[in-house]
Amino acid sequence: MINKINTLWRLIRRLSGDDAYEQYLKYYDRHHQNKVKILCQKPLSKAEFFKQWQDEKWNGIKRCC
Amino acid sequence: MNKTLKSTIWILIAIIGASAVGSIALNRGENINALWFIAAAICVYSLAYRFYATWIATSVLILDDTRATPAERFDNGRDFTPTHKWIVFGHHFAAIAGPGPLVGPTLAAQFGYLPGTLWILFGAVLGGCVQDMVTLFLSTRRNAKSLGQMAREELGALGGTAALIGTFSIMIILIAVLGLVVVNAMKHSPWATFTVSATIPVAMLVGIYMRYIRPGQVLEASAIGVILLLVSVGGGRFIDEHETLRLLFDHEGLTLAWWIMAYGFAAAVLPVWLLLAPRDYLSTYMKLGTITLLAVAIIMLQPHIKMPAITPFTDGSGPIFGGKLFPFVFITIACGAISGFHALISSGTTPKLLSNERDIQIIGYGCMLLESFVAIMAMIAATVLDPGVFFAINSSAGVVGTEAVDAVAKISSWGYPVTVEQMQHLAHEMGEATLFARTGGAPSLAVGMASIFGSAFGENLLALWYHFAIMFEAIFILTTLDAGTRVGRFMLQDILGNFWPKMGETSWTPSVVLTSGLVVSGWGYFLYIGVIDPNGGVNILWPLFGIANQMLAAIALCVATGILIKSGKLKFAWVTGLPLAWLVIITTTAAWEKITSSDIRIGFFSAANDLTEKIASGILPPAKASIAPQLIFNLHLDAWLTLFFVGLLWLIIFDMLRVCSRYLSGKAVLPLTESAHIPSRLVEEWARD
Repeated sequence: MINKINTLWRLIRRLSGDDAYEQYLKYYDRHHQNKVKILCQKPLSKAEFFKQWQDEKWNGIKRCC
Repeated sequence: MNKTLKSTIWILIAIIGASAVGSIALNRGENINALWFIAAAICVYSLAYRFYATWIATSVLILDDTRATPAERFDNGRDFTPTHKWIVFGHHFAAIAGPGPLVGPTLAAQFGYLPGTLWILFGAVLGGCVQDMVTLFLSTRRNAKSLGQMAREELGALGGTAALIGTFSIMIILIAVLGLVVVNAMKHSPWATFTVSATIPVAMLVGIYMRYIRPGQVLEASAIGVILLLVSVGGGRFIDEHETLRLLFDHEGLTLAWWIMAYGFAAAVLPVWLLLAPRDYLSTYMKLGTITLLAVAIIMLQPHIKMPAITPFTDGSGPIFGGKLFPFVFITIACGAISGFHALISSGTTPKLLSNERDIQIIGYGCMLLESFVAIMAMIAATVLDPGVFFAINSSAGVVGTEAVDAVAKISSWGYPVTVEQMQHLAHEMGEATLFARTGGAPSLAVGMASIFGSAFGENLLALWYHFAIMFEAIFILTTLDAGTRVGRFMLQDILGNFWPKMGETSWTPSVVLTSGLVVSGWGYFLYIGVIDPNGGVNILWPLFGIANQMLAAIALCVATGILIKSGKLKFAWVTGLPLAWLVIITTTAAWEKITSSDIRIGFFSAANDLTEKIASGILPPAKASIAPQLIFNLHLDAWLTLFFVGLLWLIIFDMLRVCSRYLSGKAVLPLTESAHIPSRLVEEWARD
């Protein structure tokens, strides 16, 4: 039961974008772990990331009749 | 499960479905339970999904789950991200489900419950779902390109331009008609006006909270927003009962229309985080929550449908909009059966999230089934009302007269008895001054929903439920309105950028102000005309919107049919070709009637001529005579616009046929732009968690 509630909560967080920053960090880790020396800027802060994420999300047709 | 059991279950579903559809279709004279509608819908959808959609997926499109999707290949952790299918389902459904499937069925209920219901069920499974699924597939195979890009690259420049113009014009008409629906819901209703206006500061507060107070805490901010919205529904009653405050929110339609235009302009110019994004969050929660609640209430309450299966208005004399059953029921219910607008979401936006091709069936086909189900619920909510009440709310003063006594006499004379007392009592229960001539569909849907919610969850809260339903409709109509204005602005900037590159810079203030102003005046004009129209405006604007939306669907199906044939799948081309042919028939017939009919409630030109004659003979009252020249100009404009839509449609049909016949006779055509097969390397665990 608790497992199910947890899954549902994860689903809601993912759908609403509540966990977008955590997803971004995961993505960052996955893609930067091998190249630490070559490029790497630090990952964006949560506020910075959220700004970019929100502005990008609204670029284009997102809603219908 | 073994095979025999499975087949038995499917045979059972088929039998239940057939008897449900049969009893809806054959029932005459007796009340029928709404559960039959739900049963028919669920059975038809399950069968269509299990058999037709699966067949399309495996035999026509041949989905390939070993192929890397654009989300995998261009994964950037942001817009291109492989995402779990139910998350994509949620995003896609939230994007396609707007106010359209709620308003259309409500208006089409004037023909009785049967025609609309059958079209919603079968139009969706054979047309709308197929369009969404095939478009999603084609875009996924083409690096998530938009419908316009695909049309240009697969059919030619003509197709691309047609798609662009089609999208822009449908946006303008759509916003105008939705604006009109909101205006009609708020007209002289301080409670509704307050609640709807309150959504603006609430959204801004949520926006500021998400951006600066607690950055990225989306759910926290949304929860605060939802609570504030509910408070504003209750607060409206206080405003309504307060003698001086209520005057602040008690306005004529025209004043409200100007406010809506000002709001649309502000929303297109202001940064998205302040108004658009938070409003969208709130409207999405409201939408999903309310629709679920409505489904639960209908299943709990099992209301009886009071509207007859078919009304005499199938002959074209309907009070809500003029026009015969064929083709106008198919034009009136666009979203919910087939909606061209969905092709814009299915291409470009959703493919960027798809982690595996095999999810295309549930997302493309499945989401549209759910949207169609929403339309069925709207049909139920409209038809559980007494038909007399339904027509009293939805018939404009121009049709039934401005005096309540005249209106009830006229409506009762059609065979749908209703009394002034009954309407007054209902208005009082709903906390409104009057419910006569509240056209546009929103008020009658709200009354229907309030009576369903009221019976299921407590009668004494009817007025609250009514205004909750109005707020629920208004909040996502306004979301479509501001998102649409913004998209229109981007498109216009893009077009103007071809002539003067500086105009194409989306953040250059003069360009932003100019293009937003142009888009707002575009839809604002139609909204203005709709509001001053003595027949309520919906009669003119909604069919225009339906024609535009179906035209866009026809463009999407043209692209799909063209690509199917170019891929050597001629024998399967009927899958998209049949719905296309049907759309061409209904849009062309509807356009023909709107242009040539001699009935002044249908034909644009005949209505214009009639007004001209009336002005000449001086029989118009002064108030009407002063607006008549504007109405005449507008009728001409509508007629030419209709002609333009249908001309554009035929142009792209011929272009598609030209490409196909060249291909079939072995001549050179534009090559298929499908991207190469790159094997998927996604490991199930992380990609689909």
